[in-house]
Amino acid sequence: MTMRITRARVISQCFFFCLFLFLVLVSSLERVGGYPVSLFLRLDPLVALSTVLSTHKLYGELLLSLITVVLTLLLGRVFCGWACPMGALNQFVGWLFNVRSLRERIELNRYKPIYAVKYYVLIFMLALALFGSVQIGWLDPICLLHRSMATYILPAINSALHVVYVRQHEHHFAWLIGIIFIVVLGLNLYIPRFFCRVICPLGALLGILSRFSIWRIERNEGKCTQCSMCLKSCEGASDPDKQLRKAECMVCFNCLEDCPHGALSFSLLPPVDGEVTNPTLSGRRAFLAFICGILIYPMMRLSGKVYKSFDKRLIRPPGSVPEPEFLARCVKCGQCIRICPTNALQPALYEAGIEGIFTPVLDMRLGYCELNCTLCGQVCPTGAIQKISVEQKLGLGEFADSGPIRIGTAFIDRGRCLPFAMDTPCLVCQEVCPVSPKAIFTRPVTVRRRDGTVVELRRPQVDPTKCIGCGICEHSCPVKDEPAIRVTPIGETRSPDRRLLLT
Amino acid sequence: MRRLLSTGIATTGIIVGALLLLDKRTGKEYFRQMLEKHAHRIPNFSVEVSASDVQMVVVRGSDVKRMIRAAFDVLGGARKFIRRDDVVLIKPNVAFDRPPALCATTNPETLKAVIEVCYEAGAKEVIVADNPINEPEGCFIKTGIKRASIEAGARIIYPKPHLFEMVEIGGVALKSWLAFYEPLRLATKVIGVAPVKDHNLSSASMCMKNWYGLLGGTRNRFHQRIHDVIADLANWMKPTLVILDGVRVLMSNGPTGGRLSDVAVKNTIIAGVDQVAVDAFGYTLLGRDPNELGYLQRAKERGIGNPNWGELNWKEVSV
Repeated sequence: MTMRITRARVISQCFFFCLFLFLVLVSSLERVGGYPVSLFLRLDPLVALSTVLSTHKLYGELLLSLITVVLTLLLGRVFCGWACPMGALNQFVGWLFNVRSLRERIELNRYKPIYAVKYYVLIFMLALALFGSVQIGWLDPICLLHRSMATYILPAINSALHVVYVRQHEHHFAWLIGIIFIVVLGLNLYIPRFFCRVICPLGALLGILSRFSIWRIERNEGKCTQCSMCLKSCEGASDPDKQLRKAECMVCFNCLEDCPHGALSFSLLPPVDGEVTNPTLSGRRAFLAFICGILIYPMMRLSGKVYKSFDKRLIRPPGSVPEPEFLARCVKCGQCIRICPTNALQPALYEAGIEGIFTPVLDMRLGYCELNCTLCGQVCPTGAIQKISVEQKLGLGEFADSGPIRIGTAFIDRGRCLPFAMDTPCLVCQEVCPVSPKAIFTRPVTVRRRDGTVVELRRPQVDPTKCIGCGICEHSCPVKDEPAIRVTPIGETRSPDRRLLLT
Repeated sequence: MRRLLSTGIATTGIIVGALLLLDKRTGKEYFRQMLEKHAHRIPNFSVEVSASDVQMVVVRGSDVKRMIRAAFDVLGGARKFIRRDDVVLIKPNVAFDRPPALCATTNPETLKAVIEVCYEAGAKEVIVADNPINEPEGCFIKTGIKRASIEAGARIIYPKPHLFEMVEIGGVALKSWLAFYEPLRLATKVIGVAPVKDHNLSSASMCMKNWYGLLGGTRNRFHQRIHDVIADLANWMKPTLVILDGVRVLMSNGPTGGRLSDVAVKNTIIAGVDQVAVDAFGYTLLGRDPNELGYLQRAKERGIGNPNWGELNWKEVSV
């Protein structure tokens, strides 16, 4: 007995959503093993296209996106209807909360001109990518969902159930990322799959590719009575009751089953007069979107923060490419943030300028870079953080000549450091410094305290030739509000112009 | 009639609720209570040891499994310390995210041997727990402790924040402190298994300092009075047994180490019921004089233990 196609679709959506959740849940040091935790990002053609435009290369991991592209070229937006976890979540929220009459549901599923907005969003973002600024991460559904899970959902679950991490993780701007996520889900109460229809730039890209699809929904005018029942559950609002809008159709097959007259079918190469082949856009508005991209790029890039006046808190993960290229690759997916075992990686707000919002930076008060860990690069889908081995990170073996990868250098604040400013012994920083020989050494001094007692203190000093900027010193310093030893990006290996020492 | 009843119930319920939740403390009382947070007392985990019993054993050899068994035998047999139905907490040093060869953490083979001896003596359950300095997930995996524990059948308790509670330390520098309480609550016996390590601040990290891993909170303030604190820890924790692993010793760049050249082979394991004596002997493996080690002298002055192991009933054996 053959299954109804919509049931197969629902099973597929459930499968991919569960697969997505599984990959997110196993993205921890203990559980990641060999699982392809960035699979959905690698399958995402928008991630691939934008980074190709910005770097003129296709990062190896992203070759998988050709699967999605080819399927879309043949069948239309099956990704949106059958696989996208954000789409499935939007659809589910809309279904759960939509208690409307049949009439209302049909009207809500008619095509609306506002659905053209996503194409302008796409054009705007691709224009920025052309100039070397990848901003699709804000609204790409896979990036948005990964980021929301990493910074908001998982820490929330752990604070209640203690099952995600050993030590509780928290993230800067979880509130902002959370609000964006909840708003996206909430909009489904207004119009079903609002995000997918109106905003999603990936949906727009796949919609454009759908113009080539050789299969589509076909309406038999002889059987059709214009009852509009096909619109009852139409996911894409693609007008199956008129000329099918190929760019909007998410191939959900609901219309096929809702039609009481069997007038709809999924056909190979049906006549073109039954369809609207291209997305409906205003050429003028599309051009304006492109111009906006051209105008906005220089104002973002030239507001400081990227070149000379870099922020002293902009510490990037080990294996990161130099900053301008980082901004051309990072899609703000938050995978590195998710997997960082020490909770060091955080979404930036302004440390890297406007373009760098939600890109990963290390906050040494929350975590530090564990010496023998290279997990962030393993999960980065675009090579903003390169895959490096532990040997390369530590400068061992064949990498002994090039030395370790430094992400910065620690500086001691003598006005706050206990042995300098408070006549009190300490040296936690030296204790936890993981390199051998340690990057912190001491100089002894004898001090007569205020109460007359004489104490021999050892005062710490950083050796910048050994310091790799891992930040465990800053993280462990007992002066908790503003640590007496702090790491800045000075000396980071990836930036020749941020070196400190000559040799 | 029913309406009168429901109004009456609502009124009394709200008034009673308000009275039950009433907080009439003055500021003075509020802050006094805050400072006197309820702190648990941990029991004395040691067993009765008479003057004729061997109190410390030094085992020379290179096969840790045989050395551990020899140590237990010389001390009077594992059943002297572990009874049937005991829940044994074994506290290794898992502080750092390091491979075991670098000797910054307890040798997993040593740990496994101790767990096996405990189960053979009839322990109901063996728990392995530590609150590392680096990230716990990575520490337990990369040090080999996770695999050794699972292979030997022990249960690992990870230091999740909700498992920490205030504990009375009753020391000179530490009065009460936040501790990794869950394993202590469950345990009826405690065995510390520590490596001999150089330490940049306290000169050495051995059995007495190993209890640091049972505490939480802002431990990074201990360094201001490190020798007093280590003595406090040894005063607080009276274990069933301590085992000091000096087969491979971290001689320099401790406590984190990082190069194989920091490690030297000394082929010695020391075990005993007096952690001060055991630490004093272990210090000699670093080539240093126990009379110069601050926390040992403080422990002696406070009667916590005897660093002059020669005055104890002790033995040296080779396997």
